[in-house]
Amino acid sequence: MYLDQSRMPIFEALQKFKKDRIVPFDVPGHKRGKGNLELTDFLGEKCLSVDVNSMKPLDNLCHPVSVISEAEALAADAFGAEHAFFMVGGTTSSVQTMVLAACKTGDKIILPRNVHRSAINALILSGATPIYVNPDIDDELGISLGMRLSELEKTILENPDAKAILVNNPTYYGICSNIKGIVELAHRHGMLVLADEAHGTHFYFDEALPISAMEAGADMAAVSMHKSGGSLTQSSFLLLGKEMNADYVRQIINLTQTTSGSYLLLSSLDVSRKNLALNGQEIFKKVRYLADYARNEINQIGDYYAYSNERINHDSIYDFDVTKLSVNTLNVGLAGIEVYDLLRDEYGIQIEFGDIGNILAYVSVGDRERDIERLVSALAEIRRRYKKDRAGMLDHEYMSPIVAATPQRAFYGEKKSLPIMETAGYVCGEFVMCYPPGIPILAPGEQITEDILNYIQYAKGKGCFMTGPEDMKIERINVMVGKE
Amino acid sequence: MELWYTERHTDDVKFSIKVNRQLFSEQSEFQRIDVFESNQFGRFLTLDGYMMLTEKDEFIYHEMIVHVPMAVHPNVKNVLVIGAGDGGVIRELCKYDTIERMNMVEIDEKVVEVCKKYLPLTSCCLDDSRLKIYYQDGLRFVRTKQQEYDLIIVDSTDPFGPGEGLFTKEFYGNCYKALKDDGIMVNQHESPFYPEDAIAMQRAHKRIVESFEVSKVYQAHIPTYPSGHWLFGFASKKYHPTRDFLAEKWLKRDLKTRYYNTQIHSGAFALPTYVEELLKDVE
Repeated sequence: MYLDQSRMPIFEALQKFKKDRIVPFDVPGHKRGKGNLELTDFLGEKCLSVDVNSMKPLDNLCHPVSVISEAEALAADAFGAEHAFFMVGGTTSSVQTMVLAACKTGDKIILPRNVHRSAINALILSGATPIYVNPDIDDELGISLGMRLSELEKTILENPDAKAILVNNPTYYGICSNIKGIVELAHRHGMLVLADEAHGTHFYFDEALPISAMEAGADMAAVSMHKSGGSLTQSSFLLLGKEMNADYVRQIINLTQTTSGSYLLLSSLDVSRKNLALNGQEIFKKVRYLADYARNEINQIGDYYAYSNERINHDSIYDFDVTKLSVNTLNVGLAGIEVYDLLRDEYGIQIEFGDIGNILAYVSVGDRERDIERLVSALAEIRRRYKKDRAGMLDHEYMSPIVAATPQRAFYGEKKSLPIMETAGYVCGEFVMCYPPGIPILAPGEQITEDILNYIQYAKGKGCFMTGPEDMKIERINVMVGKE
Repeated sequence: MELWYTERHTDDVKFSIKVNRQLFSEQSEFQRIDVFESNQFGRFLTLDGYMMLTEKDEFIYHEMIVHVPMAVHPNVKNVLVIGAGDGGVIRELCKYDTIERMNMVEIDEKVVEVCKKYLPLTSCCLDDSRLKIYYQDGLRFVRTKQQEYDLIIVDSTDPFGPGEGLFTKEFYGNCYKALKDDGIMVNQHESPFYPEDAIAMQRAHKRIVESFEVSKVYQAHIPTYPSGHWLFGFASKKYHPTRDFLAEKWLKRDLKTRYYNTQIHSGAFALPTYVEELLKDVE
């Protein structure tokens, strides 16, 4: 870092703006909260007083030339990027920008199938064709891992015309691929590397954690500051490497981004970036300690398996993010989603997500040992009261997809609605997924199989929150008319 | 000059004691600890500003939380005490020579140190040879125990701050597991009077009912606690607090008490109608 990271240009401009007592005859119409007292009472006057519109002293997110531009330069410096964009549409907007900036209609993009829905959504928008690399599966844990380098190389050689490779760094569960190796391989074949770092903000500030995308030489990275970085929900960074044209990327961002970017979100990014740049090492050291402590305690309960570095295999689990408290629940005889529901309904504990075989508890600098103790004790109680035989439990998540049409063609093409159990053999025209984690079970353009339908029924039965299809009850699915 | 200690009981009610002098004040790793001296209540201990005990009325709380279960269970040998850093519970337990082993788990070592120095009235028995003190999180300690204790006494602070974990379902469930098949758990159960306290009281009761076969509530009058009307929880796997009450046996022990007696024992389980209703609402 070369710049003075204690500076917060947007924050400072807002402070000055408040002191100047400018009379507002512009939007927003609540006029510093005076026009909506109930909301002001709820969120606080300080908050409403800086919910303001773009103006000369505060810069403009669509075309930053002053304080936002300075704040972006500081962020780029803190993350070791060539350029950073402040994003207000969630990391979803960062991921979509990466894909739209890299691929036009008909272009190929190589990606693992266990990507977030936002990546495949971007394929619907851009018209790009997904080429999936089979992620490795951990049979014991039942989760998809990272991409094997050899598998990726094979895919690259089969698709030398692909424009980009998308990498999760890490996955929701904390699994990292060999991103440095992937970057070398991709660049050798003239492809861009796009990193989804929705779960990897902290990699940039703690040397004991896996390598960050920018350090590995990736071309773009979507970073969820609002997850481990501490900024407000919906705020995010898009980072660019040396070879990218920042002005072109800004044009892509402006295709879909609001022209009324929230200064609450922007200032939260500014303040959080400063905090991480100055205190990140210490913060994440503490988070690592808390997560390790929790893992040790959970592994002593019995049957639960809170996994960590020991799973590293130098390929599809190239590295592991030890701040992620992922716990396999299958030997307790309960699906992760069942443990997730019990924790909330019986013990008043809300965790990040539960899927078929695992739960993920989000640990941050805001936690204390005694909060972790509540989680551990509740898990011990759930085992004592609910432990069942493991028989009959589905133990894997991943089903290798058969892509029959591009997501765009399937989504916009002629479709008909069928009862879900009658759709085997058809090509799906929409998404079906459990949320969280939001990784599609079916994406537009994929062949529907009996296996997939059984999996959907199983997940629904266990209480997973399903989303995606036009039919909100998930009883019918839109499929493509005619054969592909 | 006048110096007053004031505790907020509700947004609109405060409780004050005139103070002669402050004997101790320090922020420990977990909470702020203060000891004051007053004419009316003698010395008193507060944690994060909340009244824990005064020398003048602590006997009521400590006798009621100890003698009620001790007069029901026919053969208490192993006792676990959670919290209770002031030593009052241990002092009452030490009156029973049939107890073989006492484990006390207090999260804040500083509280014990301060009480030993400034509150000898309650901390007098903390050196008893049957007692072993563990300085750790009560929830964590009890999680590792199974079928080990005849009696667990939960002498917690309020359900916010460091004592929060001791009002949770996971804690009560782990206590259940740590008790023998005829074990009893008694807990500080908050007050039914002010609405905010009553909600905490109901929540605790609901969680205990869900965890134990028998779950009853009894009361005492404690002048320095909010509203003065305080409750205790009696939960067990087997014994009923009044039907299995061994009054004769207890009287034969010839223990000296100032609040507890065998009539109070039965009478304490007779609750005001509004309290019965609050409890029934969550059963």
